[in-house]
Amino acid sequence: MRLTDTLRFARDAATGYPMRTTLSVLAMSIGVAAVVILTALGDGARRYVVGQFSSLGTNLIIVLPGRSGTGGFNPANAITSTPRDLTIDDAGSLRRLPGARRVAPLAVGTSEINYGGKLREVMVAGSTAEFIPIRNFELAQGQGLPEEDWNRGSSVAVIGAKIREEMFGANPAIGQLVRVGDRRLRVVGVLKSTGQGLGMNTDELVIVPVSLAQAMFNSNTLFRIMIEANSRDAIPGTKDQVMETLKQRHRGEEDVTVITQDAVLATFDKLLGALTLAVAGIAAISLAVAGILVMNVMLVAVTQRTGEIGLLKALGATARTIRLAFLAEAAMLSAVGALVGYLLGQLGAFALRQAFPVFPAYPPDWAVIAGLSTALATGLIFGVMPARRAARLDPVQALMKH
Amino acid sequence: MALIELSGIERRFLLGDTTVHALAGLDLQINAGEYVAVMGPSGSGKSTLLNLLGLLDRPNEGTYKLEGRDVTTLSPDEQATVRSTRIGFVFQSFHLVPRLTAAENIALPMTLAGIPAAERNKRVAQALKDFGLENRADHKPDQLSGGQRQRVAIARATIMQPALILADEPTGNLDRHTGEEVVNLLEALNAKGVTLIVVTHDQGMGARARRQLVMEDGRLKTDSLQTPISNLAEISG
Ligand SMILES: Nc1ncnc2c1ncn2[C@@H]1O[C@H](COP(=O)(O)OP(=O)(O)OP(=O)(O)O)[C@@H](O)[C@H]1O
Ligand SMILES: [Mg+2]
Repeated sequence: MRLTDTLRFARDAATGYPMRTTLSVLAMSIGVAAVVILTALGDGARRYVVGQFSSLGTNLIIVLPGRSGTGGFNPANAITSTPRDLTIDDAGSLRRLPGARRVAPLAVGTSEINYGGKLREVMVAGSTAEFIPIRNFELAQGQGLPEEDWNRGSSVAVIGAKIREEMFGANPAIGQLVRVGDRRLRVVGVLKSTGQGLGMNTDELVIVPVSLAQAMFNSNTLFRIMIEANSRDAIPGTKDQVMETLKQRHRGEEDVTVITQDAVLATFDKLLGALTLAVAGIAAISLAVAGILVMNVMLVAVTQRTGEIGLLKALGATARTIRLAFLAEAAMLSAVGALVGYLLGQLGAFALRQAFPVFPAYPPDWAVIAGLSTALATGLIFGVMPARRAARLDPVQALMKH
Repeated sequence: MALIELSGIERRFLLGDTTVHALAGLDLQINAGEYVAVMGPSGSGKSTLLNLLGLLDRPNEGTYKLEGRDVTTLSPDEQATVRSTRIGFVFQSFHLVPRLTAAENIALPMTLAGIPAAERNKRVAQALKDFGLENRADHKPDQLSGGQRQRVAIARATIMQPALILADEPTGNLDRHTGEEVVNLLEALNAKGVTLIVVTHDQGMGARARRQLVMEDGRLKTDSLQTPISNLAEISG
């Protein structure tokens, strides 16, 4: 039989039994749609997290006080190490490193802001002029912290968008004096609104000079030192230099942790990628189930159409012709199911993106291809058995079943 | 040379512990162009014989030569080719594919044989005309009368221009008048040279054939070609 005739024959056979055809197409399409939607969710999560991390800054190296080395928890460390504080001078020493473009110390704490009788709790970040460019923050009004001696901070503040809104409303904020804790600070800049991200929410943040913040919180230690490397390639070298420099300053003790954004990003990327893969695998199980359903539907079809198979044999059909006809039918059921499922899945992912605009729920290409080909492959594999059974039927017996 | 040559054909079925001899020691020759009626009581082996002649079934013993070639030893695919090109079947219950139109049912043997659509359409159009089915071409079997269905089946059986047509009680599901029409069609085919073998319970219809075979318990009881004497000898021997 010619290929086009085989396909037409299979199509007519499939449409001749709408109930069972609908059923298997439905099962297959649910399987494929599950793969598409679930991987869209998984990959969307991955993209979201990666995107958020990237927005922290570029080529970032971060120094944390205390050792939490890559070797995991080390009991010896836990007993002996009383981590030395990370100081402003530590941060200052890093500015001389050739691979470092910018360095910003960071001290954080909470305090209260007070203006015109309005009082509100705020997050205070003590840093330097380079903090804002390192973190890719943008200013809506005014300017950032002044370039000055890190140990002698002037009484100024940059405030978040929401704080400006709450404290000043429609009135100008720049140049106004606010009280933060027990200090009177002049507002020099307002940050652009960014909303809630992975990092700190800048909308409710007040940025002040680092020495001022330390005085406010009565502490000498830093929360972080952030270094922006010259380039992506400079990250590993600079990281080593940072470690080396701080080790020397801390009498040879490695009592800080240096992490790179790259490494964190790669870890999350891998983790969430694996998650997506796992989810895809689970969804693929539904495809296998759909394949088994197609097989059963085809077995029923063979039983239902035993008389017809006997007739085809009497009319001169070879076993191969009959096998191909039934295989084509199974393939058609799964192909249509896969296609419908793909469209349903894309529709679902689209709906997800509409409902959660920040969430990039796009199914990855590999998942779509894997889902579709698994559907087709299971359909074919599970179609083989019924097709062979049909081809092996004894024509005389088959003809009697009419 | 005979079209069909059966010698020493045995066909046994196992039914539980007992063996049914559906065909026993059957020798038979049928020449090309003959018109043969096969008769006999129910269970005498008529259908079994026809299935064997149509290569739908194999004998347990004996040889079957079709057009001089031993076809019992052919592979299933080779047998399928012989069925496709040399043999046409007409069944009591028509055996049309319900989802296909009359034209598609008639074309089915050609479709299975891989004949191109253009050639198929030409031959189907001719067949529809020959069998008076021109305005039934696009009807499904359930929209046709019994007589029309059997005409579609006969058109299908002849569309590959076979040498042999095997009809198992072709009028069994038809009223007398329609049955008559169908027999006329089959006889017209025979008149054009096609060998026709018809199984029938109808004495009148059997009598219209030029040769009658009467079967009993898997054996040939009478063959109108042979003299009663030799026939008796065969049975007792
Ligand atoms: N597949 C089978 N299994 C077991 N026995 C069978 C089988 N096919 C036929 N038989 C037996 O072989 C014998 C001949 O059967 P066959 O169908 O050839 O009879 P028939 O002459 O066509 O009868 P009828 O006129 O009723 O159609 C019967 O006894 C039947 O029971
Ligand atoms: Mg019979």
